[in-house]
Amino acid sequence: MASDLVLSESDIQRTTKRIAHEIVEGSPDASSLVLLGIPTRGAVLAERLAGHIDDITGVRPPVGVLDTTLYRDDLDQSPLRAPHETTEPEGGIDDRVVVLVDDVLFSGRTVRAALDALVDLGRPRAVRLAVLVDRGHRELPIRADYVGKNLPSNLGEHIYVRLHEVDDTEGVDVSR
Amino acid sequence: MKHLLGCEGLTRDESIALLDSAREFARISDRKVPKLPTLRAVTVVNLFFEDSTRTRLSFEAAAKNLSADVMTFQGQGSSLSKGESLKDTAQTLEAMGADVMVVRHSSSGAAARLADAGWLQASIVNAGDGTHEHPTQALLDAYTLRERLYGDKSVGKGLDDVSVVIVGDIAHSRVARSNVHLLSALGARVTLVAPKTLMPVAVDQWPVDHTTDLDHALSSPPEAVMMLRVQQERMQGSFFPSPREYTKHYALTAERFRALGEKTLVMHPGPMNRGVEIASVAADSTQSTILEQVTHGVWVRMAVLYAVSQGRKDA
Repeated sequence: MASDLVLSESDIQRTTKRIAHEIVEGSPDASSLVLLGIPTRGAVLAERLAGHIDDITGVRPPVGVLDTTLYRDDLDQSPLRAPHETTEPEGGIDDRVVVLVDDVLFSGRTVRAALDALVDLGRPRAVRLAVLVDRGHRELPIRADYVGKNLPSNLGEHIYVRLHEVDDTEGVDVSR
Repeated sequence: MKHLLGCEGLTRDESIALLDSAREFARISDRKVPKLPTLRAVTVVNLFFEDSTRTRLSFEAAAKNLSADVMTFQGQGSSLSKGESLKDTAQTLEAMGADVMVVRHSSSGAAARLADAGWLQASIVNAGDGTHEHPTQALLDAYTLRERLYGDKSVGKGLDDVSVVIVGDIAHSRVARSNVHLLSALGARVTLVAPKTLMPVAVDQWPVDHTTDLDHALSSPPEAVMMLRVQQERMQGSFFPSPREYTKHYALTAERFRALGEKTLVMHPGPMNRGVEIASVAADSTQSTILEQVTHGVWVRMAVLYAVSQGRKDA
């Protein structure tokens, strides 16, 4: 299986910093921001983005984890998976600008599930979506507000995101 | 996991995964909207050939928290009294759209028969079969122990080297049988205490210690002592001379409870016979987990319904 590195470690760092700048630009009132990462790697990226936003604005937005396992629509086809922990950010999400963070945007079904899960946690003022990689092939009318890299791909290809906190190494690979 | 028929054969990893899922469901119950859409369009049928209000209500609550549709079938006053067989009853309910059947039956092996006979497509969850197993009760006991001992550090943990003494009618108790298998799989050290007449014949083949002397078993206080109910309805014969004599030798009396000190947890699967196998002072103490066990039952059953509903199409 051939695999190509499409984002290096320094690319990922630069990209997340850029996304952080774009988020701040999009919502100048940093104190209303809340970041919600989708496990596993989205949660890691959310923490990093919060750090960068802190560097830019001096305010670190609250970070939470939003698991979508229990809101998926493919339960009867998926193998046994224990749900991940969901942690609400400090202060909740009511009336905040919530930025959902995930590593790869693909069919859009995870984001759909995340939106449902969000409704059960509270009522945000607005919801935005930030992803490290957008690989296309959407099955639902969903788009990201902040994209690290657009990566047009074939359906047969796999995209692997590796982050230090989870995988020990770091980079994004495409294998075909 | 297609079915949950018993704790025998559950691996340590499967058991911990179930307990971890239950923990996540517990956290969700604190939310503003404590309801999940996970089992939407899944029909759960409670098939209760034997009375059990608390287990049935607990399964019902669990299914509803996950947005499943719930139907309840109770043996008494139903077609059973007209002589319908287990097979026909189950097939009829499946024809009405049952995806998961929660089965309580007075015959050991009833759940396994429904799962293995090839009559049904539905997933089977054993909610107690005769004197065989009652796996969700054991899971909620293990969950309760784990929460009391480890609290927020519970995730991923077993019950390694935790000492548990189970006292009472072991021979007729499906709760004891399920707990023996589950607690052992999780690494706990289990000691069974009962008069010889209420100890199963094959107890030597179980991975546990056993004794007839309660005071000896409690001489160094265990982490938990689980009192079983004296089940009058399952005893067709005299297994001990009188309730008073049973209480004297095998009950958690106020005296024995005081001697245990303040660390040992007191568990009981309910319903209790106060004054027979357990004294009120023990049952109502802060060391007692009896009401927590009921609450935890709902979360554990959510985890079980969730687990058997996954991957249904592959099976």
